[in-house]
Amino acid sequence: MKPSLLNRIINAPYILWSAIFIVIPLFIVVYYAFTDANGALTLHNIFELKEYKHTFLISIWYSVIATVITLIISYPFAYIMSRKSVNKQQMMMMLVMLPMWMNLLIRTYSWMNILEKTGIINTLLGYMGLSPLKLIGTPGAVILGMVYNYVPYMILPIYSVMSKIEPSLLEAAEDLGSNGFMKLKKVIFPLSLPGVVSGITMVFVPSVSTFYISQKLGGGKIMLIGDAIERQIQTSYNYNLGASLSLILMILILISMAIMNRFTSSEDGGIIV
Amino acid sequence: MKKILSLFVSVCLIATMCTLFTGCGADNNKLENVTGTYTRDYEGTTLNVFNWGEYISNGSEGSLDVNKAFENLTGIKVNYTTFESNEAMYSKLKSGAVSYDIVIPSDYMIERMISEDMLQKVDLSKIDNYKYIADDYKGLYFDPNDEYSVPYNVGMVGLIYNTTMVDDEVDSWSILWDEKYKDEILTFNNPRDAFAIAQFLLGQDINSTDKADWDKAADLLKEQSDVLQARVMDEVYNKMESANAAIAPYYAGDYLTMYENNEDLAFVYPKEGTNIFVDSVCIPSNAKNYEAALMYINFLLEPEIALANAEYICYASPNTSVINNDDYTFKGNEILYPTEDKKPKTEYFHDLDSDIRSYYESLWEEVLRS
Repeated sequence: MKPSLLNRIINAPYILWSAIFIVIPLFIVVYYAFTDANGALTLHNIFELKEYKHTFLISIWYSVIATVITLIISYPFAYIMSRKSVNKQQMMMMLVMLPMWMNLLIRTYSWMNILEKTGIINTLLGYMGLSPLKLIGTPGAVILGMVYNYVPYMILPIYSVMSKIEPSLLEAAEDLGSNGFMKLKKVIFPLSLPGVVSGITMVFVPSVSTFYISQKLGGGKIMLIGDAIERQIQTSYNYNLGASLSLILMILILISMAIMNRFTSSEDGGIIV
Repeated sequence: MKKILSLFVSVCLIATMCTLFTGCGADNNKLENVTGTYTRDYEGTTLNVFNWGEYISNGSEGSLDVNKAFENLTGIKVNYTTFESNEAMYSKLKSGAVSYDIVIPSDYMIERMISEDMLQKVDLSKIDNYKYIADDYKGLYFDPNDEYSVPYNVGMVGLIYNTTMVDDEVDSWSILWDEKYKDEILTFNNPRDAFAIAQFLLGQDINSTDKADWDKAADLLKEQSDVLQARVMDEVYNKMESANAAIAPYYAGDYLTMYENNEDLAFVYPKEGTNIFVDSVCIPSNAKNYEAALMYINFLLEPEIALANAEYICYASPNTSVINNDDYTFKGNEILYPTEDKKPKTEYFHDLDSDIRSYYESLWEEVLRS
């Protein structure tokens, strides 16, 4: 169908918006990635990326762990939530959303105080006569920060898909002799897959590019790719290396999204970011 | 249940709103004595100020709100923003996306900005309070003729340690490598300050232009990674005050702030020498409100304002009206104003050429990856 004039007029601002704020910045990133400080064409920034191989691997590895943990926490929670009465559902939704009213920076800073050597956890351990644990500045602390901050992004899409599953389908499965596990395997899981896929994307993408969480909870000793980019732009004033790091990160994210999208067909209605 | 929850949330919101609004009652940000001359010719214009975080008396805890007082006096609106490192400030200015009328960089950054034509001359004839600047802080290396900058604060780096956790005598940077304090040692999370410590320890020039020197310093920093608890900047306050870490290098003035919250902390200038810095007020070349900027600089040198800032920031002041004021809490403080015989060996940072700069930046990346 050919779009009407009205349609085109309505669309124009959005197209203009995406051109200015999405397409053009992308081109600027590509431009910086392939030039040096004087604007001359070079592949130097791309070659330098091999120094960051380890950083990339760590970032991906931590985000994969964080995503899996988030999924393990969120899936049962979303299921339980979707089976509750409407009032309880709203209540639980509120509890999930409430921490998100606070700024990410404040939430992360609070975790620092909880995990510190003389923080809340270690103080409690001390009262119980146990020796303090080294919590802050470990990979575990960074992953915990990711899980804590991004868990709502996993719960919400899974919940929204699950709450649409007709109870009659589950009853039919029971009538046909499914036990609890079969019901989960044959009915609930396939129907909730689009939510899971979009949840994974929504957690993995911000985790792999995070920088603040790793700086604060990793004690400046664990460097993720987001930290490397931030430092190149903010302090080293090396936009070119920063841009080439960002470019590779974007390609990585695109690839992972392409893989994820293979698990679901587009008409299922999950939100694919 | 849901109703109770929403009621609770609304009560919280209203309570926060109330506390927000009660703050703006009486306005006592008026000066008793003004020594400089000010006009109201620029009333209604805006002055864009770019300063370090927590680097001005801002009205909290009953202190004087310097920007508010300036607005009351001149009618110029102060648009105040902060940065957290010289490099971040430089990146932002260099990107050209912003224009400021006042910036407060440190010595080596001023040297670089002058060489890149990013600053314009300050007309000292219009700053009658310049007479308060101590002679020690005139004609500094980065601005030998005092054309571009007016000193704001002075500081030195030293070692802060917790006397309940450290039982050795602390007098050398080498304690930051001591296995005994593994996981209790902090260091700077910025390349220049971190490298300087290694360079003092190796007896090098902190402004060395020999790449081999930087290599050696980087190796030393990599060794340090094993014993470090964290690389920090402002998190150091929290970690040292709550005894989460035993030793950290930081700026002398900030030690005094920490000491107020934890009296177990002690401070020493290491024998190998240390970095001294001067943060000065400058006017960027693309400033839009030059005359107002001059008035602001003059205002910062006012005895009352300089005293309020010195009390609030706790750094050493280059302003003689503060140093000699009997009401000044830190008058003659031996950490801020060490006497001639107790003065540590000090070196300024100089701006390094872009080749060395990118060399040490890439070494720093290696250190962080180690």
